[in-house]
Amino acid sequence: MATVELRFSALPEHVRTARLVAAAVARRAGVDEAVLDEVRLAVGEACSRAVGLHQNGRINSPVKVVLIEEEKQFSIEVGDEAPRSAPGERAPGAAADDVETEEDEMGLAVISGLVDDVEVSAGEHGGLIRMTWPTTPPAATPVV
Amino acid sequence: MDLSLSTRTVGDRTVVEVGGEIDVYTAPKLREQLVELVNDGSFHLVVDMEGVDFLDSTGLGVLVGGLKRVRAHEGSLRLVCNQERILKIFRITGLTKVFPIHTSVEEAVAATD
Repeated sequence: MATVELRFSALPEHVRTARLVAAAVARRAGVDEAVLDEVRLAVGEACSRAVGLHQNGRINSPVKVVLIEEEKQFSIEVGDEAPRSAPGERAPGAAADDVETEEDEMGLAVISGLVDDVEVSAGEHGGLIRMTWPTTPPAATPVV
Repeated sequence: MDLSLSTRTVGDRTVVEVGGEIDVYTAPKLREQLVELVNDGSFHLVVDMEGVDFLDSTGLGVLVGGLKRVRAHEGSLRLVCNQERILKIFRITGLTKVFPIHTSVEEAVAATD
């Protein structure tokens, strides 16, 4: 079940909001405190990448973030609506492709370095990054 | 929190003190600052990251861009960072091999290699 769903206009200033929301929900879900920095960074990278893809592709629809709390695990899905064109085909208006590709790859490198369980998929309707972390159930309150 | 930037000169080095969050929104400000310094003839930069709370790959890209610029003038770009959460990002991207990372501004300013 999706605990929290967030949609934001593809603007860099909203990425911070997505990070804060994701970290807050992850904390509540029982993701270890030591891992919250990684959650914050990974979701920020995924959202920055999605914002870049929307802006480069002149896509007006929002970026979607779904935070899913499940038994023993917490997942974050960041979805974009940038269609992936066939190799060799350039999206119109996509200037400075090399720089953008490099930044895109650096973002993915950070995500895969940080998160053990990550799936990246992309198709003609857009892409999705799904990241999952284990959660620990809240410890029983000790009886004094 | 937003990004804060201040610069000061120590000998032939220019120290850029960065505070707050360097992300996709704020990184362009840091880029502008580094470009401006290089255009004004400051080629030996020390970026003090001790006040940085958050750094993402966009920020890393700006630092790499800064390094590229100063190197074009045979300059240097050194970082000051002791925070594990920030150092980790440099490690997983392999950038610890690219940037000299120091534990204090004094050490970075004195470094010559």
